[in-house]
Amino acid sequence: MFAYIVRRLLWAVGLLFVLSVVTFSIFYLVPRWAGASPETLAARYVGRTATEETVHLTAERLGFFDPVPVQYWNWIKAVFAGAEYDYGSGVENCPAPCLGYSFITRQAVWPELLDRAPVTISLVIGASLIWLIAGISVGVISALRRGTVFDRGAMGVALAGVSLPIFFTGLIALAFFSYRLRITAPGGQFVPFRENPALWAYSLLLPWITLAFLFSAQYARLTRAGMLETMTEDYIRTARAKGLPERTVVLKHGLRGALTPVLTIFGLDVGLLLGGAVLTEKTFSLNGLGKYGYDAIVAGDLPKILGVTLVAGFFVILSNLIVDLAYGVIDPRVRLE
Amino acid sequence: MTTAALRDLVTRSPEQADQQPFLEVVDLKVHFSTDDGLVKSVDGLSFAVDRGRTLGIVGESGSGKSVTSLAIMGLHSRPTSEKSRPGAQLSGEIFLDGEELLSKTPEYVRGLRGKRMAMIFQDPLSAMNPYYPVGKQIVEAYRIHNPVTTKAARKHAIDLLGRVGIPEPSRRIDAYPHQFSGGMRQRAMIAMALSCDPELLIADEPTTALDVTVQAQILDLIRDLQREFNSSVILITHDLGVVAELADDVLVMYAGRAMEYGSAEQLFNRPAHPYTWGLLGSIPRFDRNRSERLLAIKGTPPSLIHVPPGCPFHPRCAYAGRNSGRSEEERPELVPVEPGHTVACHLSRVEREQIWEHEIARRL
Repeated sequence: MFAYIVRRLLWAVGLLFVLSVVTFSIFYLVPRWAGASPETLAARYVGRTATEETVHLTAERLGFFDPVPVQYWNWIKAVFAGAEYDYGSGVENCPAPCLGYSFITRQAVWPELLDRAPVTISLVIGASLIWLIAGISVGVISALRRGTVFDRGAMGVALAGVSLPIFFTGLIALAFFSYRLRITAPGGQFVPFRENPALWAYSLLLPWITLAFLFSAQYARLTRAGMLETMTEDYIRTARAKGLPERTVVLKHGLRGALTPVLTIFGLDVGLLLGGAVLTEKTFSLNGLGKYGYDAIVAGDLPKILGVTLVAGFFVILSNLIVDLAYGVIDPRVRLE
Repeated sequence: MTTAALRDLVTRSPEQADQQPFLEVVDLKVHFSTDDGLVKSVDGLSFAVDRGRTLGIVGESGSGKSVTSLAIMGLHSRPTSEKSRPGAQLSGEIFLDGEELLSKTPEYVRGLRGKRMAMIFQDPLSAMNPYYPVGKQIVEAYRIHNPVTTKAARKHAIDLLGRVGIPEPSRRIDAYPHQFSGGMRQRAMIAMALSCDPELLIADEPTTALDVTVQAQILDLIRDLQREFNSSVILITHDLGVVAELADDVLVMYAGRAMEYGSAEQLFNRPAHPYTWGLLGSIPRFDRNRSERLLAIKGTPPSLIHVPPGCPFHPRCAYAGRNSGRSEEERPELVPVEPGHTVACHLSRVEREQIWEHEIARRL
């Protein structure tokens, strides 16, 4: 078991390394293959009026003339050891983990990521709790009342939930609840939890519900399918034969087996969203990791893109690891070796 | 036929006649409504089991053995108003210690399940919840009917596991079902069924999924425990060897009906129904010459939607032609051939005895 965890951790580190190489290559190598010179790359980071000389100097300063492996080495070295950057206005020290400076705003990337992360984490924690509870409850009731009005209605709503994109449901919800009824916060607000938990929840309520709607639909369908399957198992008949009340039979014996796939997907979904719930954050103007990445891509700001990609990758790899380890707990028949 | 008359058919030996049987099933019918038609899984079945006695129910797959046991336990889902939910239509009477169960609420019957009547299932691997340790599942069965602390229930579970012959019960109690061998799992299943000292134990093919060597151990265990608790046991099986080993009485079922009913001694020594002859003749034996063919029953069990009219066994019966067409038209009722031994067959007594003596007896 211990050896298994160590091995999985080493794998995770290896995966992160590969991820960084691939991301780096996509943004630094592919443009070169496409024929871009260091100057044309650098031209994006200086004003339109810049002279050729300025562009050349910028390209030199950003290290665009170095061979790509050297550029990668400098970048990865900074992550572990920190680096010093000279942007012409004096040397700036960037302590480890240094993900470099934004080419455009010249702000260090790592502190910005730290700053943005609480928004995304708050959004994902709240939404995931809502969708987990709502999705599983609806799924269980649907399975037990298969074919009834409730089941058909819930599955209809679920289909809508899966099909409608966030930027549609989110905008409708904003227009109706925030601007017409004025019962939820308008977008763009975020109050840190430690400052005021009530306001924190108020500011995030609508994004939570909108994001959870999308996911609970999927979880309701998954739970329903799982329940329909486990309730026909022999051990359910045994549980009834013991004289257990139907409630215990369903919740303790039926749901337990149906939850295994649900919890697996849950771990992966949360991991994926922690790297940035791009559409939700963009729709509700929340300054989380997703919007950070989106803005960086629009601006072509390489260090920011690299930073946010690495963080997102880290969360995905971490959640995979947790799901794999949790499997041994969720299903006792699985041996981790 | 009236209920009283049916109850008279449940014949018992004279010394038992005055006492009430612990379990009595009268004219039980279990029908399932399906898209293809009405499935008559059990169609007018009556039998009784006294305290301390074992009834073996034998028959091919689909003869209604398991459906009967689930009906006694109240485990069939009843039809609901919603069409999409299939349910069983039950009629007749089931008396447990004089109390009629089919007329009781599901909640009332639930209180009896696991407490006064318990069941052992065929495949202990699928019948135990893979997500919980064996001990927890036994503790759960005990605590639902007994207001004791978890600690006391756990001690009881360890006792039970020890009693059914599981070594190191205090350690094995925390193991999961998949960590047990097949035989050990069945022992644990038995321990679970016995957790509340049930007065009626239904064992549905308890040894079918087990190795032959383990089968014998499990049968011995069931017998020992029955003696200890003086409980009634219904043993459902298609294996006549198991019946010979354990049963006091035997009920032979075919297409949801009783074909023959009597003591084990009567059924094995003087079987009266052609179907029983076929069952007995299908047992391979080593003390017989290999060139002799088994007395196999031709054909397959009938569809329970279109049960043959008259005697359900007539299309497969070698002697159906001997009673001028009655087999095809008239449903045979159980009639006594000797005290405590009834058979549902149109063959006349003389004919039957002749066939038995000249054609069957020497080949079994």
